[in-house]
Amino acid sequence: MSTQRLLTLLGLTLGVLLLLVAPFWMSKYQLYVVSLWAVMSIAAIGLNLTLGYAGQVSLAQGVFVGVGAYTGAIMTTNGMPMAAALVVAVVLCFAIGWALGYPALRVQHHYLAFVTLAFSTLGYLVFRNEEWLTKGIYGIVDVPRPMLLGVQAESNLRFYFVCILSLAIVSFGVWWLIRSPWGRAFVALRENPIRALSLGVDTRRYTLMAFAIGSCLGGVAGVIYAPLVEFIDPSPFTLDLSLKLLMMVIVGGSGFFAGPYLGAAIAVLLPEVLRFTEGYYLLIYAAFVMILMIISPTGLLGILDRYLTARSTRKASAARAALSASFGDQT
Amino acid sequence: MSTLISLIVSGCATGAIYALVAIGFTLLWQTSQTINFAQGEFVMLPAFFMLAGMNMGMPFWLAILVGTAISVAILGAAFKRALVDPMLRHGALPLAIATMALSIMMKEGVKEFYGAEAQPFPSLIPAIDLHFLGATISTQSLGLLAVGVAAVLALQYLLNSTSVGRQMQATAQNPNVARILGIPVERMVMYSFIINAILVSVASVLVTPLYLAKFSSGETLGLAAFIAAIVGGFNQVRGAILGGILLGITDNLAATYISTQYRSAVPLALLIAVILFRPQGLLGTAEERTV
Amino acid sequence: MKQVLKVSNIVKRFGGITAVGGVSFEVNEGEILGIIGPNGCGKSTLFNCILGQLTPNEGSVHLDGQEVTGLRPCDLNRLGVSRTFQLLQVFPQLTVRENLILSGQEHRGTMGSRLFGPRDAGLSEEADRMIGFFKLGHLAGEKAGGLSYGQQKLLDAAMAFMAGPRLVLLDEPAGGVNLTMLENLKERLQAINAEQGATFVVIEHNMEFVMSLCTRVLVLAEGRVLAMGTPAEVRANPQVVEAYLGH
Repeated sequence: MSTQRLLTLLGLTLGVLLLLVAPFWMSKYQLYVVSLWAVMSIAAIGLNLTLGYAGQVSLAQGVFVGVGAYTGAIMTTNGMPMAAALVVAVVLCFAIGWALGYPALRVQHHYLAFVTLAFSTLGYLVFRNEEWLTKGIYGIVDVPRPMLLGVQAESNLRFYFVCILSLAIVSFGVWWLIRSPWGRAFVALRENPIRALSLGVDTRRYTLMAFAIGSCLGGVAGVIYAPLVEFIDPSPFTLDLSLKLLMMVIVGGSGFFAGPYLGAAIAVLLPEVLRFTEGYYLLIYAAFVMILMIISPTGLLGILDRYLTARSTRKASAARAALSASFGDQT
Repeated sequence: MSTLISLIVSGCATGAIYALVAIGFTLLWQTSQTINFAQGEFVMLPAFFMLAGMNMGMPFWLAILVGTAISVAILGAAFKRALVDPMLRHGALPLAIATMALSIMMKEGVKEFYGAEAQPFPSLIPAIDLHFLGATISTQSLGLLAVGVAAVLALQYLLNSTSVGRQMQATAQNPNVARILGIPVERMVMYSFIINAILVSVASVLVTPLYLAKFSSGETLGLAAFIAAIVGGFNQVRGAILGGILLGITDNLAATYISTQYRSAVPLALLIAVILFRPQGLLGTAEERTV
Repeated sequence: MKQVLKVSNIVKRFGGITAVGGVSFEVNEGEILGIIGPNGCGKSTLFNCILGQLTPNEGSVHLDGQEVTGLRPCDLNRLGVSRTFQLLQVFPQLTVRENLILSGQEHRGTMGSRLFGPRDAGLSEEADRMIGFFKLGHLAGEKAGGLSYGQQKLLDAAMAFMAGPRLVLLDEPAGGVNLTMLENLKERLQAINAEQGATFVVIEHNMEFVMSLCTRVLVLAEGRVLAMGTPAEVRANPQVVEAYLGH
């Protein structure tokens, strides 16, 4: 256990160092790709909370990224600060996410998937059709990058650090949340809602909370996404984005803290790695996902988890054997 | 009035296609808990098999037969063996994810090998406009409706009046009991995958002349099939038929009488309303929730 | 003696079938009431109606003189009513200690204080005490899913006692448990009853278990109360003998 913790800590430190140092040698495009990874990770972390921890299927995370992106784009192009946009987006997504949670109180599993799927498609229609607000298919151009603590984060390098810092803050917040009694209640809700209810867990409130908080993080990702790409139109926020985010969470390993980072890395960085295959990237990704689901339905971290569990079980049984041998096998 | 009639007739025609696809969708769900997110692409692909056949010089009817046979092999048998079987015991979500990946794969595959442009596809039925009570009705609509209804009736006959059909129903309702009764459950599940492959091939032949053969043409159809299946009742073949036709008509009426911008929102709103207020679907029976 | 639970004329129908047809009984403080009856006589449905899992068609439930009919299970639980289920219900991915902390955490503070308060909601000691009491000490850090059936059954019971309930409804606690474990369980239940004055209602098929544990026994048949009394009285009741041995 302690070696495992040590390894995790070591990996974490190396990863953070790499994210802090490497950008100074990265091209403009590479900076953009890693920034995008950070943004997608935030959205996927939100979905992992709803789906992985609380067990509520949502095919609508992309809508919340869209709500966040539009809130950010509309407010900052009208001269308001990004921080204000962030607050508005969080409140807005919390409210919409809370409302989206209500169907989950009545239906579960595939029905819930379809309700959220329908909601996702409806959201896209609103982005596209409400031109007075979103400028429709023409999009909102020149989304400005923010001023933070007196520093203008205009350059790609500076904005990269905004993205990474946001990811760090979100990660810490979610880490706090899932280690709190709330996290335990979410897991209970996922594993056995009826039993949880009988133990005093207000499953209704926790279900709504899981949706609302997860959706909020989608909104946060959107607010950062807008100035990253500097142009917002409806096309990135179709049902496809929701499905992609869902795949990120499942591929990385839903219900594992590190799952979304890994899943987002594969979805965002892999196309760049597979650039030499030209058009075949999506084919390879799709095949990879299918094979992974067959080998390990719990995702990549599921494989690791099984390996570690098997090892610790072996160790424990070896220890028990040694113990019983030393006591002359009394058990 | 006359517009209304033609809208309803053509709505029924598209509805019949939705119903075909939705029935296949519910069959897979019933027999193997598969939520097939690639169902729309399953309709898109057979048309390309048939086009390939015609490119090799086959006559249209032979191309249809060969295309259907290939679909049965790939979308029926291979899909079940390679993807569904190994994942069945892991629950519905990983399998749903795998079918999402499959849908991406099919779209990208067609785009790679056939290009992204829409290809024309010959129609089985010549398009002639008929006039009836002042309404204009296309023979294509009537043909779609006829073939769709015929396919549904054939399936109903198979399920309700043959021994194999009853065994399939038993398998869908309770595989464990079916197994004890000596029903070859595995084979029955395979039959449902094959039936699905045939249904989507029929739908493909019917729908492709209207929308052309294109890698992305399955997207709307897949969504429509989901909606039809849920609205009608997820555990009922009859429900899927009703859902399909209802959806086809609603779709048409919404396009004419509600803003075109929000046309596609109407079926979605219908879906949400049905799930929230009658989750068992219009014709479905409620499943008792066990504590 | 103080009355803890009063069930009046509970009726529950499923479609045309009446599962519970007007059952009334009272449970006094410190009592262990056994409910027995043939399979399908409505025992579990009755439990579910009392506990808010199902809404009864007629009748009322009072807790300490206050009407609680139709309250949600979680609200009832926070009023001090706790239960176990016929089938095992632990959270396999949580450790034994976390299963217990979860069982108590919602009884303390508010949503806000649970979010920003200590991780264990201040319940580690209580959980460890419960682990010791149910003799699960060596398993505290193990995931519940990895425990043996009997151990999970003990944990299941321990979870129901975690929040210090004044009334506990146990649905077949002895089902599928081996003899040693059964003795252990009975002894633990009696100890809690004696030490904390907790009141129990127990559904059980194991006659010996019921007769040796319970102070009073209620016999249910076809959704109605057939007899009620001390174990000795019930055993001697000819109607009960008929219901159990007659067919």
